[in-house]
Amino acid sequence: MRVLMFGWEFPPHITGGLGTACFGLTKGLVKYGVEVLFVVPRAFGDETKDGFRLIDASEVLLDFKESFTQDFWNQIKFMEIGSNLVPYVGPEDFEQIVTEDVLINKEQHQSVFTKNYKFSGKYGPNLMEEVSRYAIIASSIASMQKFDVIHAHDWLTYPSGIAAKKISGKPLIVHVHATEFDRSGENVNQNVYDIERKGMEESDLIITVSNFTRQIVIEKYGIPSEKVITVHNAVEPAGPSEFEGAQKHVKEKVVTFLGRVTYQKGPDYFVEAAHKVLKKDSNVRFVMAGSGDLLNRMIRRVAQLRIGTKFHFTGFLAGQEVDTMFAMSDVYVMPSVSEPFGISPLEAMRSNVPVVISKQSGVAEVLKHALKVDFWDIDALSDAIYGILHYEGLRKMFFKYGKEEVDNLKWENAAINVLEVYKQAVNK
Amino acid sequence: MRSICLYFQVHQPFRLRTYRFFNIGHDHQYFDDYQNRHIIRRVAEKSYLPANKMMLDLIREFGSGFKVSYSISGTALDQFALYVPEVIHSFQELARTGSVEFIGETYAHSLASLGKKDEFLRQVTLHIQRIEELFGVRPTTFRNTELIYSDQIGVNIGDLGFHTMLTEGAKHILGWKSPNFLYCNTINPKLKLLLRNFRLSDDITFRFSDRSWSEWPLTTDKFVKWLNALNSHEEVVNIFMDYETIGEHQWKETGIFDFFKHLLSQIYAHSNYGFFTPEDLYQRLQTVASISVPYPISWADEERDLTAWRGNELQDEAFEKLYSYDQKVINCDDPSIQRDWQYLQTSNHFYYMCTKWFSAGEVHRYFNPYGSPYEAFINYMNVLSDFMIRVDSFYDNKQKSKEKSEKITKKPTKIAPESTIKKSKKNLPVAKNHNEKTAKKSKPENNFKKLNFDDIVRLSDRRVKELIKKVDIQTLSSAMKGADTETKTKVEKNLGKKALTVYKEMLVKLKNLKSTEVSKNRKQIVKEINKTSK
Repeated sequence: MRVLMFGWEFPPHITGGLGTACFGLTKGLVKYGVEVLFVVPRAFGDETKDGFRLIDASEVLLDFKESFTQDFWNQIKFMEIGSNLVPYVGPEDFEQIVTEDVLINKEQHQSVFTKNYKFSGKYGPNLMEEVSRYAIIASSIASMQKFDVIHAHDWLTYPSGIAAKKISGKPLIVHVHATEFDRSGENVNQNVYDIERKGMEESDLIITVSNFTRQIVIEKYGIPSEKVITVHNAVEPAGPSEFEGAQKHVKEKVVTFLGRVTYQKGPDYFVEAAHKVLKKDSNVRFVMAGSGDLLNRMIRRVAQLRIGTKFHFTGFLAGQEVDTMFAMSDVYVMPSVSEPFGISPLEAMRSNVPVVISKQSGVAEVLKHALKVDFWDIDALSDAIYGILHYEGLRKMFFKYGKEEVDNLKWENAAINVLEVYKQAVNK
Repeated sequence: MRSICLYFQVHQPFRLRTYRFFNIGHDHQYFDDYQNRHIIRRVAEKSYLPANKMMLDLIREFGSGFKVSYSISGTALDQFALYVPEVIHSFQELARTGSVEFIGETYAHSLASLGKKDEFLRQVTLHIQRIEELFGVRPTTFRNTELIYSDQIGVNIGDLGFHTMLTEGAKHILGWKSPNFLYCNTINPKLKLLLRNFRLSDDITFRFSDRSWSEWPLTTDKFVKWLNALNSHEEVVNIFMDYETIGEHQWKETGIFDFFKHLLSQIYAHSNYGFFTPEDLYQRLQTVASISVPYPISWADEERDLTAWRGNELQDEAFEKLYSYDQKVINCDDPSIQRDWQYLQTSNHFYYMCTKWFSAGEVHRYFNPYGSPYEAFINYMNVLSDFMIRVDSFYDNKQKSKEKSEKITKKPTKIAPESTIKKSKKNLPVAKNHNEKTAKKSKPENNFKKLNFDDIVRLSDRRVKELIKKVDIQTLSSAMKGADTETKTKVEKNLGKKALTVYKEMLVKLKNLKSTEVSKNRKQIVKEINKTSK
């Protein structure tokens, strides 16, 4: 089986859940003998006339910390398309990023793709145009390569997937990691919604990362339910190195929020819960790690509540810093308003940190040893935090069963299910 | 004639409301009144009331040919009294027929039998008192929460004057033996054991309406056929179940009421079985063997063990924290503390924290008001934290008021021992009139030899309490001066709360008492001991 996969980030540069998921899944698939032709957007400025370049596998291997067998890289072809597309960014933000860059000519920190990025003028000035341009290049790749099935991750790549399908006549699978409803609540961007819907309709099968998302796809995009299959995400097993060097320097218990500070992640509920807990127990510190459009509002709210000495903001964390943050935490909280999956609680549990997650997250479907609350129920949220901090029995239980549970959520298992979907699509 | 023993458990817990940590310290309302009222009314309407009516009709129809027994937990009785008193009336009507036996249990349907002996005995006594008060009979048969039983629990129960106990016919305990005989406790053979026939019981409780069961539908014909198929030497079939089976777990529409109505005439027409209560069976049957149960068993789940209540760290912590306060609570004379202390011990709270249902156990999920065992644990611990604060502050306040009163007046405490003891009697209900049989039985032991002062340690707690009633507190405290610690603790633990404070003050005051005085007082006590035993 040979797959043409339209993905996002790939090692060594990973910034978010989508990149982690693509990477884990690819690794799992390779174990079952699947060959992957992996295409990513990458702004490198010196692209060839064709608009893409094939990356030599050994080149990637060099700056990657984990060691892989030669087989792994033999099965993967890796391609980058010259494009300034970035994940997790809507049309408005995209324009802002692009223009800001022109004006200030400054490094971008939102994503690795824009790091060291120089605006060449060749890319589309707005996101929609860029997506189309990306699709045109994708179709030319599709006409040159041989594969059995096309796999596209999230809406920015759906047009590419459709184009590749039209050229090659191979089945298309779209993988829904998030929908416009998760990102924007009810204020949906119609263009994005249309692209998502088109991709779902043109596809042969749809993979969703949770039943929660599957339901949205069926209800809000009007897709027949038999076409949508849930394959839950998994997590990479932790290496021992993650605990090294991490040390807590405060005597209080630490409660952590880690993620983008945006509407979707529910940071305001975390602040309100912190306030409630601190009223009862001042022996706790709260940390909000991450950045986003709601960050300033959160800082203002914390000041307003007069809990600033116990509530801390770290800004955006990456790589080793994330592991350090987990190692310092006593509770990890993910109060997402709408979370298609949410890998970060699994990473926390992997580091033996008990988690409180919202019932409105896909990850709640697979976790037993976690406290689950409605995101809007601040009382329940603060009560759960307080419970973990004060009742020893809970920590013992999570310590005993949580890590074990997460270690059993393997990408290999997810890959088997994805492979089943491929087979189903090919035989359709 | 062979015997069927039909016994029903009637129990409802006081479910907790959602109690957040910020309620701790100022909000002492723990129970979900709305839900508790709603549930008990629903179950009464669907099960208890129509089932009681059916039983009453059957008793009227078959006269002494039909007998049935019940254990009703104190928490269920309290909720009946609060929300549906007509259920109590209908049980009283059943009691008046004389064909119904009421069985003793722990007041709170608690797990106190697991290592908290004093609290366990206290609760059993409370329950005895309540049953006597409502139904005019003193239970002689005991069944522990969820049929939990071990050799030691059996011994404790025998010491309280019960002669029969019900438990599970667990396979791993019985081995090749059949549950259909009368057995006895391995340490104290005087305590008889009736073992549940779980196959025939569960055919009704769990499988009655299960359409995937090969024997569905369960007809009375079939059931009587199975009864007749049992080896003819086997003497008694114990059908034990939740009373809610009739009408609540198995709805009326399944035909469960008709099944019971019809079962009797079928049994009398086509078999040589008759219905008996545990008390009847105690009189009629001979024990065939003793059963050794070193580790507690129960009637729950496949394993028939305690893991539904004491199977994980959450349950262990909650249990330990709860019972770390048992000694403190005993001496609190605040009725609301005493009440909540009972209700918080109910085994259901621990059942909700069970993690076994992650893998299996639809049964667990059905009975669980919480989304997860973790939520159940947090909620319970919040409530418990507040309860502990209340108990502690009760002592703080008492200490303060005591210091105050000591400052104001320093006159020697002169108390009327009689009234104090009467009050303490209320706190620790003392077993009153034993029925004749147990009284007769205990007599030869007591006449065995004349007792002296050191024998106090070996007396039962009940006897010690009777003794305390007879002598005044001054005599008692002066006699205790210089006594060994064992005797001292024996007496102290049987004193009422107020009596105990007085007693301790006396001891301090009597520091310089002459040894002749002491021995005089001791003599008086010895006289009383030997008097009470006659």
